[in-house]
Amino acid sequence: MLMRLIPHPLLSLTLILVWLGLVNTFTLGNLILGAGFGLAIPMLTKAYWPDRPRIARPLKIVEYGLIVLWDIVVANVQVAMIILFKRERTIRSHWIPVPIELTSAEAITVLAGTITMTPGTVSATLAADGRSILVHCLHADDPDAVRDDIKSRYEARLKEIFP
Amino acid sequence: MSQTAELLISLALVMSGLFGFVGSYGLVKLRTTMQRLHAPTKATTLGVGGVLIASMIYFYAKTGHISIHELLISLFLFLTAPITANFIAKAYMARNLRGEDLPPSGGAYGWSIYDDAPDGAPTAPPETSKAP
Repeated sequence: MLMRLIPHPLLSLTLILVWLGLVNTFTLGNLILGAGFGLAIPMLTKAYWPDRPRIARPLKIVEYGLIVLWDIVVANVQVAMIILFKRERTIRSHWIPVPIELTSAEAITVLAGTITMTPGTVSATLAADGRSILVHCLHADDPDAVRDDIKSRYEARLKEIFP
Repeated sequence: MSQTAELLISLALVMSGLFGFVGSYGLVKLRTTMQRLHAPTKATTLGVGGVLIASMIYFYAKTGHISIHELLISLFLFLTAPITANFIAKAYMARNLRGEDLPPSGGAYGWSIYDDAPDGAPTAPPETSKAP
């Protein structure tokens, strides 16, 4: 019964938090209104989003978010350094195919977004069967290290979140 | 407003200006489209982030309340920036590159821009979806 009322508790919680952030003041009325949205929107959109992924370890999301946030800061500084101080002839860009073991579309989307936001890499496209992702790297001396880094730092953690 | 708050706000603003400038300079300096794509997706994230941090400190110092809007702006930025970059990359590849210019995907199917997706059959033979 509770599962039917709240098909996706994390989505409901996120919607409540985003609503409270949008109104920018915490009052009981806004909490009730936000809870109303948090209940109604997942139920109304349930039919259009089949096979929702099960999230195994919600606390891991926080850890993942913090790691990505830190990497974004590092990425900004690294890319700025490359742009400012590297001669354009010495910038060696690579296309790097990265095989992925994630299967759910949501997990692959998160991985692709993370790759784009973090050090010197942009995710360009997926293989037609979704088994590997093509990454463009702005500057790398060792393309294999970039691939292993993506797999061990991000994909391994996403596999724990989306089993 | 205290001296410390003003100092922190100016620091955040100067930092954001610097990164915003570097991101735009990268657009001029780098040579290929794919390289230029790196500059706005990354260097500018910290540029916008700096302005948002400055705004949060300002409103906290002025009113004493923590403003959440800035966090939401960065959340929406993290959602939209990779998707925009991905669309630009795909449009560029479809117009200017061919499948042979790229490294192989390592699997049975090529990259999705040039190859059709497998139509439900899990073990379809490779190289059947290539156009004649």
